[in-house]
Amino acid sequence: MDKPLTQHVNVESPPDLKAYEQAGGYQSVRKMLKEMAPEEVTELVKNANLKGRGGAGFNTGLKWSFVPMGEDAPQPKYLVANADEMEPGTFKDRVLMEGNPHLMIEGMINAAYAIRASEAYIFIRNAYKLSEKRLNQAIAEAYEKNYLGENIQGSGYNLEMKIHVSAGRYMCGEETGLLNALEGKRATPRAKPPYPQLSGLFGKPTIVQNVETLCNIPGIIVNGVEWFKGLSLTDEGGTKLYGASGKVKNPGCWELPMGTTAREILEEHAGGMQEDLQFRGLLPGGASTDFIIEEHLDTPMDYASIMEVGSRMGTGTMIILDDQTCPVAMLENLEHFFAQESCGWCTPCRDGLPWAEKLLHAIDIGEGKPEDIEKLESTSKWLGPGNTFCALAPGAVEPLQSGIKYFREDFERHIKEKRCPWR
Amino acid sequence: MPTIYIDDKPYEVKAGQNLLNAVLSLGMDLPYFCWHPAMGSIGACRQCAVKQYQDENDKQGRIVMACMTPAADGTRISIDDPEVQQFRANVIEWLMVNHPHDCPVCDEGGECHLQDMTVMTGHNYREFRFKKRTHRNQDLGPFINHEMNRCIACYRCVRFYDDYAGGDDLQAFAAHDHVYFGRHEDGVLESEFSGNLVEVCPTGVFTDKTLQRHYTRKWDLQSAPSVCHHCGLGCNTLAGERYGTLRRILNRYNRAVNGYFLCDRGRFGYEFVNSDDRIRVPQLRYRGDKDTEEISRDDAMRQAAEMLDTSSGLVGIGSPRASLESNYALRKLVGKDRFFTGMSENENHLVSEVFDILRNGPARSASLDDIRKADAVFVLGEDVLNTAPMAGLNIRQAIRNQPMEGVEEMGIPEWHDAAVREVVQGEHGPLYLATLTGTKLDREATDTYHAAPEDIARLGFAVAHELNDDVPAVADLDQDVQQLAEAIARALQNAKRPLVISGVSLGSEEVIRAAANIAWSLSTAETPADIHYIVSEANTLGLGFFESGGLDSALEMVESGEADTAVILENDIWHRAAPEAVESFFDTCKQVIVLDHLETGTVAAADLLLPAATFAEGDGTVINNEGRAQRFFQVFAPEEPLQESWRWLGEMCKQQGNDPRWNSHDDVSNMLFQDIRTFAGLVHVAPDSEFRLNNQRVPRSPFRYSGRTAMFADRDVHEPQPPEDPDSPLHFSMEGTSKQQPSGLTTFFWAPGWNSVQATNKYQSEIGGSLRGGDPGVRLIEPSKGATPEYFTDIPEQFSRDATEWVAAPVHHIFGSEELSARAEGVSQLVPDSYVVLNPADAKRFGDGEEITVALEIGSSIYTERVKTDSTLPEGIVGVPVNIEELSKIQLPDRANITEAESV
Repeated sequence: MDKPLTQHVNVESPPDLKAYEQAGGYQSVRKMLKEMAPEEVTELVKNANLKGRGGAGFNTGLKWSFVPMGEDAPQPKYLVANADEMEPGTFKDRVLMEGNPHLMIEGMINAAYAIRASEAYIFIRNAYKLSEKRLNQAIAEAYEKNYLGENIQGSGYNLEMKIHVSAGRYMCGEETGLLNALEGKRATPRAKPPYPQLSGLFGKPTIVQNVETLCNIPGIIVNGVEWFKGLSLTDEGGTKLYGASGKVKNPGCWELPMGTTAREILEEHAGGMQEDLQFRGLLPGGASTDFIIEEHLDTPMDYASIMEVGSRMGTGTMIILDDQTCPVAMLENLEHFFAQESCGWCTPCRDGLPWAEKLLHAIDIGEGKPEDIEKLESTSKWLGPGNTFCALAPGAVEPLQSGIKYFREDFERHIKEKRCPWR
Repeated sequence: MPTIYIDDKPYEVKAGQNLLNAVLSLGMDLPYFCWHPAMGSIGACRQCAVKQYQDENDKQGRIVMACMTPAADGTRISIDDPEVQQFRANVIEWLMVNHPHDCPVCDEGGECHLQDMTVMTGHNYREFRFKKRTHRNQDLGPFINHEMNRCIACYRCVRFYDDYAGGDDLQAFAAHDHVYFGRHEDGVLESEFSGNLVEVCPTGVFTDKTLQRHYTRKWDLQSAPSVCHHCGLGCNTLAGERYGTLRRILNRYNRAVNGYFLCDRGRFGYEFVNSDDRIRVPQLRYRGDKDTEEISRDDAMRQAAEMLDTSSGLVGIGSPRASLESNYALRKLVGKDRFFTGMSENENHLVSEVFDILRNGPARSASLDDIRKADAVFVLGEDVLNTAPMAGLNIRQAIRNQPMEGVEEMGIPEWHDAAVREVVQGEHGPLYLATLTGTKLDREATDTYHAAPEDIARLGFAVAHELNDDVPAVADLDQDVQQLAEAIARALQNAKRPLVISGVSLGSEEVIRAAANIAWSLSTAETPADIHYIVSEANTLGLGFFESGGLDSALEMVESGEADTAVILENDIWHRAAPEAVESFFDTCKQVIVLDHLETGTVAAADLLLPAATFAEGDGTVINNEGRAQRFFQVFAPEEPLQESWRWLGEMCKQQGNDPRWNSHDDVSNMLFQDIRTFAGLVHVAPDSEFRLNNQRVPRSPFRYSGRTAMFADRDVHEPQPPEDPDSPLHFSMEGTSKQQPSGLTTFFWAPGWNSVQATNKYQSEIGGSLRGGDPGVRLIEPSKGATPEYFTDIPEQFSRDATEWVAAPVHHIFGSEELSARAEGVSQLVPDSYVVLNPADAKRFGDGEEITVALEIGSSIYTERVKTDSTLPEGIVGVPVNIEELSKIQLPDRANITEAESV
């Protein structure tokens, strides 16, 4: 099967520009600049139904189509790669950036051209030092070979590209929080509307795109819509980088057709649970998604299908819960992360999440009260989308509300027995 | 006008608003924190949640934030929906997770917006049983307390301080529930507007440190509408008193003048009223030759009568910091020809120049609100943040106007604060500053020009010539100055509401005239252009109406023998004439009667001293630099015999056989505007003393005021009658009615459920608009629309440094240059020590190294001062800070000699 994302990935020693070109790299750039108008690139990507791999799953080409084009459009326009991968349990973008940095750069050039951006930024998380180093090297090589800079490949199109290293907060992975951080402001989100396509970086039209999404674009340009759709098992095109972490035999990251079932990823690729451990549930797309349990494992892992079983595919990197790990402690850990990463802008998230964390902690150490479960449930309900300023809090309560739904007995045991039964 | 549906009832609202604004304008209650009428919406706190429905059939609805949702035609919302009510209560519950149980000991209690919103949402039970997060507090200087545990992270403080007022030393730090608002390290807050934090902060994080020193609860205050006396802008205030001490100043909303904010000098300068240096009883001073003798009121009046009877001629020296009534009373006593304004001769001349320009020319005197609305501004000769700080705050808002046009095109509503600022980035409309030295406003300016006053004037004249050929060109103008003049002229010409700002601060007539030429050139027959002249004191322009001479003329009258008895009203004349002249005056003048509040050099030279009531202790009217007459009301009845100067002077008139029959303020006021026709508009300034609402007076205290009968029990156990107030419709008690009173009679802002300053919403005809019934105050000067102006044609020569002498030019300080506020305890801590400032190249002549000291010789006085350097100050000029320590005796501008000196 075609693995357009990882076929040239080599985490030990990624291909340099020469090797990458020999393997077919930057073909999409040459083709695009010679044969396609920017709007045609957008249309192509829209038709391919490439959904954003950052977790939202929005049609990428459709997103680009809202950027004002034409001579009167505000300048400069920006393309920003969201390389701030901080969703707990997620490490797929890292594989791409460390293993084949040129693929992302190629994808960025495609996307920038489609919206006629003249400046591109890679906003990368602080901890990804190796990725930063390799990307910097790759960018330098790309400039040297005139894939970046002025008059790219003689086309008249100019694109400058820079890396910006984050000072380090989860909120910088939120598209508008990222833009604020990139501008040197506090990493708090912005209200939408206006959308970044209209007022983004420095108030100009901007597209922010996930690393994995960008890496899909060169393939679409070179091979076309039918090829892309043909890679997947459902109607959501392309391949997907799926991951698994937790107490499985073979945690890792694999490129598989979009729509591979959760069970196949868990049992065939991750090798199933470790010796003497039973599966209890998993978070399909990183920490901010709802649990799914045994009965849902045959669900295809694509955006629409996972939604139907009450969760979100998110990033597609699963966190698996085994039966020897206390779910309350797991949730306390997750809510600790979310409470700490709250930017502090809006009341429900800033003051509601720490309360949830403290309740979970109390339950975990045997000081929980019966009404605590109700309080956690109501907190989950109230921290829904629209009630908070951005999606951090709604994401934070997804594992919480589903954890209580599926593991309520475990909570009740902690409270009744005044201890953690797993310790 | 769009129609919105609230709980299924239709309401017409103004176009372009957000739902919160619309709901509040309709007089309904909806809780909020982070929205502010002057700063727009950010949607952070989530308190103003309402349910929005797609149409009549949508029964589910979804929760939205009212402040972030446009009140578009057809919008359907519910405020009372049970789910959204619960959500609003939850928001309070979340805020209360960390909020300390400080109410009983928190200064904000009783006027706390958080308290009000908590009650409004109905949340009342604490379920949170864990530990709260705490913070370390900072020492932020003499004005503001810092108590971070109380913070509810509404972000209003930094939005006001940084975004609105341009500060940068107050920031948000850290994140999540540990977010912190403070400075990078302890230290005095640098913004001139830091005091507004106490009103902007909805809880007790930032509170008034000066109030804390003599704390009392809001409901225990007796307050009255007042006018700030610390510069010429006349911002409206509410002054609050208890137990005979003035406790604090609060902003009094006036859309046309100060709006929602005050500067720190105005907010904290009041403490001089409580100073130990106050003069409270009549005294025989003997000019300091013998010990002071305190005498009774009757003895004082007898003494005065004797002095006036034995006098061979009177002279009356008025004051620009005294009310119109007091100045008029003095004039009545001494006669029109013997009354002088008491301003320095130069300032008197400049003010009369300004007065003529505003009255006779086609340009219109701009209010602070007009400044806020301007879209291109040119400032000549004024360091506004020091001479008229609130004008500076409004200039900062004015330069946002042009970029707003681009924002509207993008469909982003004006109230969507973060989105607007994001699109605009750092862009701003044209602002040109021509000042003596660099100012804090420079970094917002399109361009700046630092030069001597004559060169500032020449730039101004050149701009006028670019706009208008009828005005002469400036000869020998430097190329780059010429280019600057062209740029400024272009900016003003292309603007929709250009504004010229100038004033008397540099002491230069030419600067004032150049500004007039520009504004006149911009005025058309239909549309007068705006001009704003900054003057020094609360009633400076008011004195211009009297059209009398300045201090030198008064001194001359004594020198020449025409007068031998001087009556000096609320004026330390040492600040207003050369020290030799003042000394000679006191030597020659046989008898000196002084009325004032505080010990001064003039008070020390008095024979008879009468205690004059301050603005808080009496009634009066002042006219601000715009030409707006505003009434200030007595806040509390001071201990006898302290009374208004006009009362003392009225009694003295009576003793001279010229009883004006002034039983009340109405009587003085009526006589004043009948006698001097230019004051005719004064009759409308405020309702007269007979005015009643439902036969009731307007109370100075809220009905929760406590202790009225116990207050004096240590002296007399009988229940005291409240003092009489013959001067106004106000009452020294909590009895009366404060519903629907005229805007100028508002003694405190309060509404049921709204105990904080947010209650101001209920008094406006629409949120952020004028007060119901109109903003208080009456403009007395209107332009001669369409008049052909007599342009000024005398253009000064370029400044060139003198070989032997220096030009001493004034440098103004927000804290220190104004006499009364400098005597306030908090403010006095920020007054600089005396110094002089030189360009570094000039400073080198007098020494090497860091610490240079010089001897500054002006007239026959020598001042030894340390030297500060400023590379923006033109060479050949020495900057002298105004009214600082011994330098207050220097009349600026002047010529000076400078020599090296030993360290101070």
